[in-house]
Amino acid sequence: MSSPRILWRKSLNYVMLTLTGVAAFAVVSVLFLILGYLIWNGGTSLSLNFFTQLPKPVGETGGGMANAIVGSLKLLFLAAIMGLPVGLLAGVYLAEFGGKTFSFVVRYTTDLLNGVPSIVIGIFAYSLVVLPVKHFSALAGGVALGIMVIPITVRSTEEFLRAVPGNMREAAMALGASKWKTIATVVLPAASGGILTGMLLALARVAGETAPLLFTAFGNRFWSQGWGQPIASLPVMIYTYAVAPYDDWHRQAWAAGLVLLGLVLVSNLGARFILARTKAV
Amino acid sequence: MSAAASTIAHEVPPQAGPRAFLHRLRQGDEIAHLLTLTFAAVILLLTSMLVYELWRNSHLSRTQFGWAFFWTKVWDPNFDDFGAAPFIYGTLVTSAVALVLAVPLGLASAIFLSELAPRNVSDVISFLIDLLAAVPSVIYGLLGIFIVVPLMRTTIGPLLINTVGNLPYLGALFRGPNYGVGFLTAGIVLAIMVVPFIISVSREVLLTVPREQREAAMALGATRWESTWQVVVPWARTGIMGSIFLALARALGETMAVTMVIGNAAAIKASLLSPGDTIASTIANQFTEATGDLYLSSLIELGLVLFLITFILNGLARILIVATERGGGRPA
Repeated sequence: MSSPRILWRKSLNYVMLTLTGVAAFAVVSVLFLILGYLIWNGGTSLSLNFFTQLPKPVGETGGGMANAIVGSLKLLFLAAIMGLPVGLLAGVYLAEFGGKTFSFVVRYTTDLLNGVPSIVIGIFAYSLVVLPVKHFSALAGGVALGIMVIPITVRSTEEFLRAVPGNMREAAMALGASKWKTIATVVLPAASGGILTGMLLALARVAGETAPLLFTAFGNRFWSQGWGQPIASLPVMIYTYAVAPYDDWHRQAWAAGLVLLGLVLVSNLGARFILARTKAV
Repeated sequence: MSAAASTIAHEVPPQAGPRAFLHRLRQGDEIAHLLTLTFAAVILLLTSMLVYELWRNSHLSRTQFGWAFFWTKVWDPNFDDFGAAPFIYGTLVTSAVALVLAVPLGLASAIFLSELAPRNVSDVISFLIDLLAAVPSVIYGLLGIFIVVPLMRTTIGPLLINTVGNLPYLGALFRGPNYGVGFLTAGIVLAIMVVPFIISVSREVLLTVPREQREAAMALGATRWESTWQVVVPWARTGIMGSIFLALARALGETMAVTMVIGNAAAIKASLLSPGDTIASTIANQFTEATGDLYLSSLIELGLVLFLITFILNGLARILIVATERGGGRPA
């Protein structure tokens, strides 16, 4: 009945389709491998000391990364107050006011800024903040991360504002509200869930950035002396500890990796959860 | 009656002219417009400042070495002699390895997710893959150092040397000492990192291919695979190319994971098993220890080169993806 030609085509069909499934399975299993390995290695090294103590001097075992955890939070705070307002307002401009040519230029530049390698952003923050004062500082790290927050926030803000139905705007304007009142009291609140999600995702993304911090925030084995001084951060600590030749440092790097990944994944899941709930309403 | 009419007439905003402007100003619209416009302009300002700072701070290196910077193979801080060739080579090789591994894997997964898997299964898997894209690069580096490097040193490296290494031509890529760190290791880690990007963008693009295309192919007697490979994929090829460019741009600029597994040596070697350096890893490694203005300036010029490469690639990627999503991607 079936000629060899058809048999060949059919078996090719099954083989190739199976291969695509195998590929998808392989990629997903990488995720579980990463998670599993990190939880296994990090979990066995994690202790209360990790969250409460400072790093011990080289050669002594034990100690923790309390300063790096606080440092990362401080850097994120700086990134948030510098990057989020710019991203939000520029997003509002693109969605509500923008003309044609200028908006196109802004949108294109935003995508471009989003694609700039993080290490280059580091160089930029270095020349902007570190070079003039001649020393590394938390502020410089915050500037680097803040710049990276902007493009992500702009695009998500614009997207969610555009998703607000036009008749809500029309209804507000028909009641006599001016344009900015419509935006501030009707459009923004309607899109707030999505906008907040976008901001959270932006912060989650820069929370794991290492390269732009290497020569801006630098690192610090003690509590930071202030915004103008070098500061420790979790990603940089992971890097320094992982490439160092001490076993105890490797254990701590795993623990820090677990904490960082937990932080990033939880905020990602949280953001998606908020989004799913706002969409359902 | 006439009083009411005049109030109404007063509240209708005049359409044009200075009075209209004043009206909108009073209502706050112009202020809001200007305010948001200013912040949008901040983005343009920042980006131009970024280019300007890179250009200005690499002045010393640019005047000293000129175009020769790109093909000089020496990087010697002790004698203030700097050339970018080893790093450009390393960047291209690691990215090429990453794409060779990631493109088939990513494309196959995207096909599975868009053509075969039931929609809800596909959505769950895509969600997991998006999470994979959110994992910080330093964590990929951590896993690279402690899983991939030992595996390369003890298993994969010797295996490649003993099998492919004996072949003519191709064998040159897998000869010489095997340290575990090197171009191939960096390429493998990069491949794992960029696969999620290829999958999620390609899946989106494949899902935009009209059903009729698939049905028409099936009606002509094509098997499922033939309809996918000969009809659906060619239809979406521009967008798929876009996703690959995006992945490439990311691989070229990736810093931490590469720095941790590439071995850090400014050398051009044919063997993929030998240690090397990329543009990004060199900047990450040497920036804080750069003594001397020329050294720093050369590192910043490396940053400028990296910026320009990713700038061009990202631009191309956007154009390709937009072209497909607008339906212009079908074969002419």
